Amino acid sequence: MSCTGCCADNKLKELEKIIEKYKDIRGALIPVLHEAQELYGYLPLSVQKKIAEGLNIPLSEVYGVVTFYTQFSLNPKGKYKISVCLGTACYVKGAGEIYDKISEILNIKSGECTPDGLFSLDACRCIGACGLAPVITINEDVHGRLTVDDVPGIIQKYIDKEKEAKDQEKLVEA
Amino acid sequence: MSEFVTLTIDGKEVKAPKGATVLEAAKSAGIHIPTLCFLKDINEIGACRMCIVDVGARSFQAACAYPVSEGLNVITNSPKIRETRRVTLELILSNHDRECLTCVRSQNCELQKLAKELNVKDIRYEGENQEFPIDDLSPSIVRDPNKCVLCRRCVSVCNEVQSVGAIGVVDRGFNSTVSSPFNFALNDTPCVNCGQCIVVCPVGALYEKSSVEKVWDALANEDLHVVVQTAPAVRAALGEEFGYPIGTRVTGKMVAALKRLGFAKVFDTDTAADLTIMEEGTELVERIKNNGKLPLITSCSPGWIKFCEHNYPDMLDNLSSCKSPQNMFGAVLKSYYAEKMGIDPSKIFVVSVMPCTAKKFEAGRPELASTGYPDVDEVITTRELAQMIKEAGIDFMNLPDEQFDDPMGEATGAGVIFGATGGVMEAALRSVPYLLTGKDDENIDIKVVRGVEDFKEAELEVNGIKIKAAVVHGLGNARKLLDKIRSGEAEYHFIEVMACPGGCVNGGGQPIQPASVRNETDLRTERAKAIYEEDEAMTIRRSHQNPRVLKMYEEYFEKPGSEKSHKLLHTHYVARENYPEN
Repeated sequence: MSCTGCCADNKLKELEKIIEKYKDIRGALIPVLHEAQELYGYLPLSVQKKIAEGLNIPLSEVYGVVTFYTQFSLNPKGKYKISVCLGTACYVKGAGEIYDKISEILNIKSGECTPDGLFSLDACRCIGACGLAPVITINEDVHGRLTVDDVPGIIQKYIDKEKEAKDQEKLVEA
Repeated sequence: MSEFVTLTIDGKEVKAPKGATVLEAAKSAGIHIPTLCFLKDINEIGACRMCIVDVGARSFQAACAYPVSEGLNVITNSPKIRETRRVTLELILSNHDRECLTCVRSQNCELQKLAKELNVKDIRYEGENQEFPIDDLSPSIVRDPNKCVLCRRCVSVCNEVQSVGAIGVVDRGFNSTVSSPFNFALNDTPCVNCGQCIVVCPVGALYEKSSVEKVWDALANEDLHVVVQTAPAVRAALGEEFGYPIGTRVTGKMVAALKRLGFAKVFDTDTAADLTIMEEGTELVERIKNNGKLPLITSCSPGWIKFCEHNYPDMLDNLSSCKSPQNMFGAVLKSYYAEKMGIDPSKIFVVSVMPCTAKKFEAGRPELASTGYPDVDEVITTRELAQMIKEAGIDFMNLPDEQFDDPMGEATGAGVIFGATGGVMEAALRSVPYLLTGKDDENIDIKVVRGVEDFKEAELEVNGIKIKAAVVHGLGNARKLLDKIRSGEAEYHFIEVMACPGGCVNGGGQPIQPASVRNETDLRTERAKAIYEEDEAMTIRRSHQNPRVLKMYEEYFEKPGSEKSHKLLHTHYVARENYPEN
């Protein structure tokens, strides 16, 4: 039996515990969604169904809330989570073009993840680094004062980093 | 006594009860404020900003949601208010698919009417437009989000009134739409096809899946013997499509129109309603006598049946195994009638005219084909029938009154009242004493089960056997009662459930009345009056006295609950998942 099976079972039990904890509290949906997203990394159909059943509310309501708040995600996040700030300052400094360039290179839109699971892309609101506008974050790294021409190099850096890590692994195995 | 406050609206002193909205106060003073999303008791959320007024606050307020207060000064009409409303409306229109000429709601569209009322001459905003695919996979309901104005009436009726929750508002800002979760087709959701979303939609974003062309084709096919049956609620509302006041009974003209459309025979579903009472009444008596599963719950309303299959799969054995009158009639037409008339059942094409969109789904259920052919071939709604009558150029108002055809046209008052909430129960209670003792109870008008109260109860004692009955209408009310039964908090022998509030007279296939009418008139009550009027006028008012039904048993089915009637007139149900796995 593969590991994914028992991991999935464990996660399901965790999710049930989360639902149980909030079950009879008014306004439980958002905290449950938060904790469920922490657990799964995103909120797929199966998780939302479970929450709807557990809290006894229609799935349409759960889905409505998930799609309303940008912090909830319907898709898994990549190993490297790219957030492009589209707040006012970044936007006037050309963040739109930066977003388009990343989207073009990775061939994904906001909220999506590359098929290899490496990158996900999100457009976000002001992250409070207006002095560095236009700014993006990749996981904890902040890249500021960007131009469109900087974008390919930055992405390549993470691809290289990943490749190095893989090569290292292979060496160790050998 | 409620407390009153005094306020000023457009310089006029107005008294209004505390807690009333500015919209209500203005209405009572004869001042009209335009609305779009507002639908009394169903959607009062101030979403569309059409009803904005100046209450002296920093910004204009929505009159439909703003409460009156002592000394409040309201201005409903100024150049700035008119301009603001018009701009808002232009913005709504700028993202609306304006194919008005070919729209199903052309000339019965609240948006169109408002654009005229607010004198919109030009839509100044051109920008990005949303384009959505049309969801037409359901056999009953089509959803066209390109016409949606996001008023949320459908969401409210689906969630709050019906407690179905198949649709909701998804996404945010410019991307907001009304949709099923994960964009599933309505067909893949717990939608019960009741169509209440259609009758509250102000525009053409929701409508029935039309069968008009298929019926025209059948009528033009000389190989087919095309017969039609009409449900009791149709006659109580069809007139509205031709300018009659709400609640006008047009039975005779409806029959005349159907004959002119070319149907070989025009039958009354009421006949099958009487048959249903014989079968279901017998089922009740047997369950009570033999300690069978109780409460017995009626199975006439296909929206309710699907709701039960999704939400109460543990209670499917409580449902009467009787097919609905529509499908009983279809099965009778393709068996008994076919034999009697010497017509090959494969050549009989049964059309139903129903006040209901869920009947379309019901007709397509694979198990409802006891003769080897579908019991019912096509279902059209009251609205679709009106469309066909207009298309054929029939002058409805000047038609003579005509009678249903023999040999299946005889019905009783009990069959007619199936169209209003409490009707099936009343019809059953008119016959149960006879089925138990062979004698009739004197009481024929059982008024406690009539009317539009959410929940009604009746008790009947026959030969020492006490029968406790309950009636609910609207699925939200049904859910409350079913939960109580599940938990053991309530106990009954017999329950009538109708999916639509008010029963079939207010079904999802009935003529659409705009909010301006619905806010003032209780359609459920007005249309039910026509039904009870017809019942009163009938000479026979008990199902077990219907001569045709008696003859059918004598010549064909032997007795209620016989093997033959079980084969042709009864069915079974399936537990349903709410959504697909992935």
